[in-house]
Amino acid sequence: MKRKFNLNRKFFKKLEELIFRVLMIISTTIIIVALLAIIISILIKGVPSLSWEMITQTPKGGYYFGKEGGILNAIIGSLYLSGGATFLALVVSLPLALYMNIHKMKEKLVVNIIRLFLDILWGIPSIVYGAFGFALMVFLGLRTSLLAGILTVTLFIIPIMVRSMDEVLKTVPRGLIEASFSLGSTRSETSFRVILRQCIPGLITAILLAFGRAIGDAAAVLFTAGYTDYIPTSLSQPTATLPLSVFFQLGSPIPEVQNRAYASAVVLTVIVLIISISSRAFSMKYQKNRIK
Amino acid sequence: MINGSIINIEGLNLHIGNKHILKDINVKIPEKKLTVILGPSGCGKTTLLKSLNRLTDLYPEVKTQGKIFNGGIDILNPKIEITELRKKMGLLAQSPYPLPMSIYDNITYGLRISGRRKKRYLSKRVEYYLRQVSLWEEVKDRLKDPASALSIGQQQRLCLARGLSVDPDIILADEPTSALDPVSSREIEELFLKLKQRYTIVMVTHILRQARRVADYVIFMYLGEIVEHGTAEQIFENPQNQITKAYIKGTYS
Repeated sequence: MKRKFNLNRKFFKKLEELIFRVLMIISTTIIIVALLAIIISILIKGVPSLSWEMITQTPKGGYYFGKEGGILNAIIGSLYLSGGATFLALVVSLPLALYMNIHKMKEKLVVNIIRLFLDILWGIPSIVYGAFGFALMVFLGLRTSLLAGILTVTLFIIPIMVRSMDEVLKTVPRGLIEASFSLGSTRSETSFRVILRQCIPGLITAILLAFGRAIGDAAAVLFTAGYTDYIPTSLSQPTATLPLSVFFQLGSPIPEVQNRAYASAVVLTVIVLIISISSRAFSMKYQKNRIK
Repeated sequence: MINGSIINIEGLNLHIGNKHILKDINVKIPEKKLTVILGPSGCGKTTLLKSLNRLTDLYPEVKTQGKIFNGGIDILNPKIEITELRKKMGLLAQSPYPLPMSIYDNITYGLRISGRRKKRYLSKRVEYYLRQVSLWEEVKDRLKDPASALSIGQQQRLCLARGLSVDPDIILADEPTSALDPVSSREIEELFLKLKQRYTIVMVTHILRQARRVADYVIFMYLGEIVEHGTAEQIFENPQNQITKAYIKGTYS
């Protein structure tokens, strides 16, 4: 009797293992297949239309009807916009994240309230930021411009950047912080000379995550940065962006233009890839100093 | 037998939340001696040690009452310049935490934040302190390597050298050998015996044999209270309290 029961239990344990293994394989496969499908379909549709002309010229008259020109306006515009926004967000986020983790390390309640607010902000869809930015522009009497776009995207990516940095800073060993303080460092010295060095690889990932969101977002810039066929020469001019460029070209009834949308998507993906790989190479330099 | 004292602890009570961690601590720590805080795990040894340079400031819900005097200054007074005070006390933690930079920069860090920047001076100091902890010969050819590449025992000696670099009067050591192998532990103990000529050393340990090997003065703690304190001779040869007796004889563990 007892033996039978044991056998049953063994069988169910095996079954349980099997079920979860199958589930894991299925979900991993779905993720990999989806990723490959996206990349391959973009490449198949985009690469044939990709040309040197496309990435070195601004749209000429009739570009959107399939005539010559390129998307240099959107490439440069996107780089300006997301570069500027990432920089501004960094200026706000890094001090805030350090403040939460080093200066306020005793006051868990305050820090957790800040975290809650940031998480709520993270959850707000970017179109809401776009609408807010637009309302603000109307209130201030601004027109669609690079500056308005940068500010809106900055607001949109700050919670992402702060929370990602926060998660990185949380992993700093307490002993390291104590070691720094017991050498007589002030909190700023501990933050900027010790913690920052320890966390650079993780912080770069946080910046990249925010940059990726900034360069890939269409909704926040739709009303605030506008769209133009020219490369902006000042902050007060409107600017084109790659996501919107994809959007407008894909909406065209002309197949040739639609294919150019995919080519633009390839350009967008390649930019993100280049920045991601090069900054990872940069952070490798600091990886070796990390204390585990 | 014990002459001057460098730290006077008077009526120290420490609570974390509702827990009473340190109960009415009154003790004097003798100068230029090696004082061991001995006791079973969880009796408040580490907390007492961290109160001395106010690292307890970093923990939430810690409340301290009482006074700790060092050279006539009350360490617990919130108005004093705590960074200056911490420079007078080097800390050696349970496991080594070198700073995330090169071996060289680990030693110069403390000097740099004190405003010393001349290259020649820094290089000389690096050699001096690394020699102090007998690490120079082992690392002199790879000073630019990350400190994390050293072995754990070497890292702990580097941390000691780093602590010495800010020219402290006191070395606080919190079970400094607990993460180390026997050989490295021995090296740390020997260094302590050498360094106590010039520094006051306060070491927390729960290893009785280690305490016997190195201690001049012993503070025996149990459940947040100081049960007994006195010279090593007194405590090890002729303990007065029953709990101390039991611990020394090894019937308590």
